[in-house]
Amino acid sequence: MDRLLELGPEFWAAAGETLYMVALTMLFGGAGGFLLGIGLYATRRGGLLPNSVVNNVLNVVINFFRPIPFIIFIAAVQPLTRAVIGVGIGTDAAIFALSLAAAFAIGRIVEQNLLTVRPGVIEAARSMGAGPLRILGTVVVPEALGPLILGYTFIVIAVIDMSAMAGLIGGGGLGYFAQLYGFRQFEPVVTWAAVLLIVVFVQVVQYVGNWLARRVLRR
Amino acid sequence: MALVTLEHVSKSYPAAGRAAEAVVAVDDVSLEIEAGDVYGIIGYSGAGKSTLVRLVNALEPATSGSIRIDGQEITSLRERELRGIRLGIGMIFQQFELFEAKTVRANVAYPLKVAGWSKADIRARVDELLAFVGLSDKAGARPDQLSGGQKQRVGIARALATRPRILLADEATSALDPETTQEVLALLKRVNEEQGVTIIVITHEMDVIQSIATKVAVMDRGRVIEHGDVFDVFSAPRHPSSQRFVGTVVKGVPSPAELAVLRERHEGRIVTCSFRDGDASQARVFLDLAEAGLEFELVYGGINDIRGRAFGHLTLAVRGDDTAIDRALAAVAQHADVTEVR
Repeated sequence: MDRLLELGPEFWAAAGETLYMVALTMLFGGAGGFLLGIGLYATRRGGLLPNSVVNNVLNVVINFFRPIPFIIFIAAVQPLTRAVIGVGIGTDAAIFALSLAAAFAIGRIVEQNLLTVRPGVIEAARSMGAGPLRILGTVVVPEALGPLILGYTFIVIAVIDMSAMAGLIGGGGLGYFAQLYGFRQFEPVVTWAAVLLIVVFVQVVQYVGNWLARRVLRR
Repeated sequence: MALVTLEHVSKSYPAAGRAAEAVVAVDDVSLEIEAGDVYGIIGYSGAGKSTLVRLVNALEPATSGSIRIDGQEITSLRERELRGIRLGIGMIFQQFELFEAKTVRANVAYPLKVAGWSKADIRARVDELLAFVGLSDKAGARPDQLSGGQKQRVGIARALATRPRILLADEATSALDPETTQEVLALLKRVNEEQGVTIIVITHEMDVIQSIATKVAVMDRGRVIEHGDVFDVFSAPRHPSSQRFVGTVVKGVPSPAELAVLRERHEGRIVTCSFRDGDASQARVFLDLAEAGLEFELVYGGINDIRGRAFGHLTLAVRGDDTAIDRALAAVAQHADVTEVR
């Protein structure tokens, strides 16, 4: 316990790093994943902008990257990280890897949730003379908004989980803190403090997600 | 010139599997629908009705044939040009297909936004439409707060928003209870009579045709097998398939199973007399049988009314001397179609 109090500044700094990584990952990965998901959804056969070439490419890319365990992915993607960010280690490098991994996962989740929109309402919009892009923006996404919010909530929690591995490339965060000061120095209290704070983050995220989705669904 | 003209229109879907054959949903259909008609298209499910109606607003492209809306050929138009055509054709659906995430007002406003109306014009038009369908007080409600009948009224308001000349109704009352069905049909009738909108109704329900249609086409396996005036088609269907369909929706003709029961329960000869137009001939039939001194009873039957014109079928069990019955039936045949079923 004394050790934890001693480590107070490091603990809060690590918490800040986690929040920073998760927030920026959701911003970049969230936007990228959204576009990927829209692309997958719109280009599928019988979709609003059917294009089997684009659809196949997107599917192959996502299916290639998604099964890679993040702890391997973060290392494997390092050359690309260095090319884009300029450095291969540090918090920003971790955010790049996180965003990329999150985008592939989000792409699938967005696609799945958009597929829950009844084809009938899309047909109705078409019968009113609406074009495919307008239908995507004003019918498909609004109609799927509730499940989309829940999908994103699920991903935020997955990103909190993945961010714990950022320490591998010097990204910091609560996962690294628990490893360094808790596990390696035989201080279970320190480890559990990090665990508890992560649980609190997850609970808050889930609560906000549920609340937002309920507001949108009005149920 | 007809408002909607279909000439030798076919629609087939490519084979799904390697061994499967292409599915022909609509097979060489030619129809003319005049402005002001309420044109019913009936048939069993799978007959191709829903596909046919989707060819009219090009939600589905026709495989071959010509479709003209108000003289304009639409089969050669590109998707972008078709959007303009669709603004002039409203459509309502069996499952209403309202946008659940939008309010009633936003649902009705949607096609107006697509058509590029100004905010003020949209507001005024939506108010007008909601008043027309009797839902002014529901403008701020969400579709999930409405009953089925109210949802379809919103659907109708939305479909009429851009003042289309044609309204397509795809099984628009099939998900509603009988009372609500009548409400919605009364509304569609007003749409036709007060606003002069030509309506094409797809249905498998006799009620719908009986209450609002002026003309009807019967579809079976992708083909229009019979079409014309509603009264003519329903009182005297010519094609065996339409006889079968009409038999299932028109009261008065016993089914083979019912006929078997009747034969068992009643002695004597059983005849079905079919009447068209007017009750005078019915009275004559009873009179002829009574004058011949025959004992007879009414065992099955029904009279249908289509826009004030009646037709019906009465099945009688007749007992007595065979030659007397023959003679009496010959007399009856002067006023009605007589079919002896035993």
